[in-house]
Amino acid sequence: MSKKNIVVVGNGMVGHYYVDQLAAQQAGYNITVIGAEPRPAYDRVHLSEVFSGKNPEDLALSSRAHYESLGIKACLGEPVEKIDREAKEVITSLGRRFAYDKLVLATGSYPFVPPVPGADLPGCLTYRTIDDLGEIRAHASKGRVGVVVGGGLLGLECANALRNLGLDTHVVEFAPGLMGVQLDNGGSGMLRSMIEELGVHVHTSKATQKIVPGDAHNLRMEFADGSVLETDLIVFSAGIRPNDQLARDAGLQVGERGGITIDYHCRTSDSDIFAIGECALFGGRIYGLVAPGYRMADAAISQLGNAPLSFKGADMSTKLKLLGIDVGSIGDSHGKPLADGQAPAIFLYANDRERVYKRIVVSPDGKKLLGAVLVGDCSDYDTLLQLYLNDMELPANPEALILPADSGAPPLLSNMSLPLTATICSCLNVTKGAIVAAIDGGCCSVADVKAATKASTGCGGCAALLKSTVDEELAARGVEINNHLCEHFAFSRQELYHQIRVGELKNFAAVLDKHGKGHGCDVCKPTIASILASLWNDYVLAKEHASLQDTNDTFLANMQKDGSYSIVPRIPGGEITPEKLIVIGEVAKKYSLYTKITGGQRIDLFGARVNQLPAIWRELVDAGFETGHAYGKALRTVKSCVGSTWCRYGVQDSVGMAIRIENRYKGIRSPHKIKSAVSGCTRECAEAQSKDFGVIATENGWNLYVCGNGGMRPRHADLFATDLDDETLIRTIDRFLMFYIRTADRLQRTSVWLNNLEGGLDYLREVILDDRLGICDELEAQMALLLDTYQCEWKTTLEDPEKLQRFRQFVNSGDEDTHVVFVQERGQPRPAREEERDMALS
Amino acid sequence: MMSPSPSPNPAEIRFPRRELLDNAGVCALIDGVQVAVFYLPGETPALYALQNWDPLGRANVLYRGIVGDLNGELVVASPLYKQHFSLRTGRCLEEEDVSLPTYEIWLEDDTVIVTLRSSNLKTQEYKNA
Ligand code: SRM
Ligand SMILES: Cc1cc2nc3c(=O)[nH]c(=O)nc-3n(C[C@H](O)[C@H](O)[C@H](O)COP(=O)(O)OP(=O)(O)OC[C@H]3O[C@@H](n4cnc5c(N)ncnc54)[C@H](O)[C@@H]3O)c2cc1C
Ligand code: SF4
Ligand code: FES
Repeated sequence: MSKKNIVVVGNGMVGHYYVDQLAAQQAGYNITVIGAEPRPAYDRVHLSEVFSGKNPEDLALSSRAHYESLGIKACLGEPVEKIDREAKEVITSLGRRFAYDKLVLATGSYPFVPPVPGADLPGCLTYRTIDDLGEIRAHASKGRVGVVVGGGLLGLECANALRNLGLDTHVVEFAPGLMGVQLDNGGSGMLRSMIEELGVHVHTSKATQKIVPGDAHNLRMEFADGSVLETDLIVFSAGIRPNDQLARDAGLQVGERGGITIDYHCRTSDSDIFAIGECALFGGRIYGLVAPGYRMADAAISQLGNAPLSFKGADMSTKLKLLGIDVGSIGDSHGKPLADGQAPAIFLYANDRERVYKRIVVSPDGKKLLGAVLVGDCSDYDTLLQLYLNDMELPANPEALILPADSGAPPLLSNMSLPLTATICSCLNVTKGAIVAAIDGGCCSVADVKAATKASTGCGGCAALLKSTVDEELAARGVEINNHLCEHFAFSRQELYHQIRVGELKNFAAVLDKHGKGHGCDVCKPTIASILASLWNDYVLAKEHASLQDTNDTFLANMQKDGSYSIVPRIPGGEITPEKLIVIGEVAKKYSLYTKITGGQRIDLFGARVNQLPAIWRELVDAGFETGHAYGKALRTVKSCVGSTWCRYGVQDSVGMAIRIENRYKGIRSPHKIKSAVSGCTRECAEAQSKDFGVIATENGWNLYVCGNGGMRPRHADLFATDLDDETLIRTIDRFLMFYIRTADRLQRTSVWLNNLEGGLDYLREVILDDRLGICDELEAQMALLLDTYQCEWKTTLEDPEKLQRFRQFVNSGDEDTHVVFVQERGQPRPAREEERDMALS
Repeated sequence: MMSPSPSPNPAEIRFPRRELLDNAGVCALIDGVQVAVFYLPGETPALYALQNWDPLGRANVLYRGIVGDLNGELVVASPLYKQHFSLRTGRCLEEEDVSLPTYEIWLEDDTVIVTLRSSNLKTQEYKNA
């Protein structure tokens, strides 16, 4: 039997999901996807991130290679122009014909542009595709003012984009309020005042009558009330309209106001043609969100197999961040009268000072949640959504659902009360039942469950709910989810830090005696050694500490794969004199070391035998070098750009500041390594936003960014404080670092620490900038102690013959390890491969 | 790759006790074989000797590992990839079929004596007797 042809028109988010899932689930089809856009499907939901620094490529959901590997044929940049239902073929703009057995329309929608005279002038734009972004950017670069027509969800997101492009931004809305679909008047009003505080001008109840060329700016908008507004560009975001022309032309049934009519199998009026996503009309409704589109795709795919699913509509609750403001809307947010004419009960919490608005709509008997609006604080969203979706009974005092936690209201439900059918991850449609099944099947961590169910691999919005669900399920099974350091210490790193500090414990034996059991291991020993160093800053190779350290710390160098070591002298800020460069070269030559410039603006010398380390370091220390702590969980490098001293754009002395910072914090032991950088202007040549703490010069001082990370899971640092003077900058970093050292988990970089910190960045700001916990003096004093007791560990070691004893291969012989063998490559030594080594040894 | 094999008439070496490091390792070279020697004062026995060659990391580094205990078993963690080896039996806790030779070691007054005779074999003989 020959394979059946499935042709999908549209390679947007839903069309992509359909082919990707179909290829994964069912063999035996020839799959073709035809898309009008020139690039493979991308994540439209996160389009705006391109304006805050993301590359368009980062949004890709697929690639030609990915499709090829799945056996999917992709024709991109070639819209379908006609469906020939008789011949069962589609015909593209290039005149190519593709025969189908089943056809799937996933043509999405387009932005609605109101029929206003002048709406086609240059500078009148829309916001839907990556190409649109380019247009908006190009016009923005020539202007200063931008207008968004439409104060709905997409319009406000677009306003943020214009603001990020540096435009003076206006939102023009026809209706009396913003986000009228999702918010009630109160919520809408709160949102408006918050947006206005950000400098965005909001004009409501404004009908645009005409657009004409402007005087001071590119365009002039004339409104029905006689007022005018001049602007350089206008983005229309006044709603979406389904792309249903193809279907209309082919005689398929469409809705009165557009949209391809489907049944709950996602079939159109032709049973061989399906429609899914934003082009489809189900139950008189277009679903303008991606998750319902995915559910339609699931239903459409299932029609090909033996277990057909139905699409029964979808919940349109949303939670988003608009211009940095949390907004959530669940169910009927307006509180419309019920079918029997009764009015629902409304509970409201509004706090003007903290800019929080929460309103819930509850059934007249007070038992069920019908809807909710949250502005300024969405922390209750997950709980409310679950109550709503699962039709769960509310507590006797529904107001407790939205009152602040410290108001004395009783605590609310835990996940355990959620039914198994509750959806935990709506992107990937993972229910609590699926998570429970995964745990029953052997998963014992969030990571396991994620891998098994794919939950939380979409927008990520469900991460917290997933974690609490998994934790509680594990706990219910008696799996102890502890953060105990190891079998020897039933405490977290943070708890131990506290115990050691308060108990003034000075060595491992004392800590073990007081708080632990057994002998210790390679997890708790280095951790406690690091805590002891963070607190008391003793010499790490002191007799009582030496055996606790990882090999890198014991030998003050990084062990390489063959057992030899690398040497990284500190080069603060990346600045080095020619004399010192020559010393490094001479030393490398003398001891036949491989030299390489590192990613951290310094030089690494590789291939030293353990017994050579002291001699090499003696030469380096004599020439004025210090240890670079490349081996320690400590400050690594503070990268710099040349800054105002040389660079024509620099506004501050970034090298000077980088050197000051590196010298200040060098040697401090911390839960994980710490990296920093200082850039001399916003061009950011030092890449400070990828560092644990990064500093970028401004006209007025320095902006401080925190908790960035390169490495395995890159994270952009968050802007923490702006325009700091030198001393305030240093003081803020002091506090930040000490708070991290105090509270982070073992081997937790600042990025992960922040992600796990309850209250997140705002909380961190309160602690560090507003001294909410009243500990800043203590943090500064602790830092001062560490700074006072700094020593170059190599210098100290070289002065102590007993310590140098450690640096040898054999107790009873001066021989060297014959397994450490080097061969030459590109004029330098490198470790021999096994065959080469065997040859050298035989 | 050649793995060091003990000679039929096991050699031995001696060195002074002060060369040992408390709760840590040093390395002895016996007839071309590298032996990692660990000293755990207060433990019985206090001395342990195993092959220094890490068969998983493929380098002579075990004497530079951290010692401790896991589930009551005394172990050294390889400094390269952190697998644990039992100090008493040489067994690797992570890889079932990997086990290191362990050697006889003892203290006479202030002298440490290490031989290339397998300590496992001895317990074996002792048990069979
Ligand atoms: C030498 C160097 C690569 C190079 O040739 O350029 C290097 C080499 C090593 N890196 Fe790195 N990293 C080097 C720059 C980086 C950078 C770039 C940077 O610092 O700007 C990064 C990403 C930035 C970041 O950390 O956020 C980086 C991310 C990592 C990671 C992943 C960390 C993470 O949070 O995901 C590890 C693994 C770890 O630390 O757990 C790692 C670990 C290592 C280790 C220590 C692995 C090991 O245990 O043997 C490597 C041994 C160095 C040695 O033997 O001397 N290295 N490593 C760079 C030394 C910079 C320096 O002067 O100190
Ligand atoms: C800025 C922005 C922010 C958004 N934020 C969110 C959000 O936070 N949450 C959320 O759930 N949703 C959000 N959405 C909506 C979400 O992007 C859509 O629901 C989703 O993209 C719909 O997928 P789709 O495949 O149906 O349509 P689309 O992604 O629009 O894809 C349709 C594709 O079909 C192509 N096509 C059309 N006609 C033809 C033809 N004749 N031949 C070939 N190809 C054709 C189009 O070029 C397009 O590439 C946002 C949308 C935008 C624009
Ligand atoms: S960041 Fe770049 S542009 Fe700015 S001072 Fe440094 S080198 Fe110059
Ligand atoms: S809800 Fe988006 S990833 Fe789970």
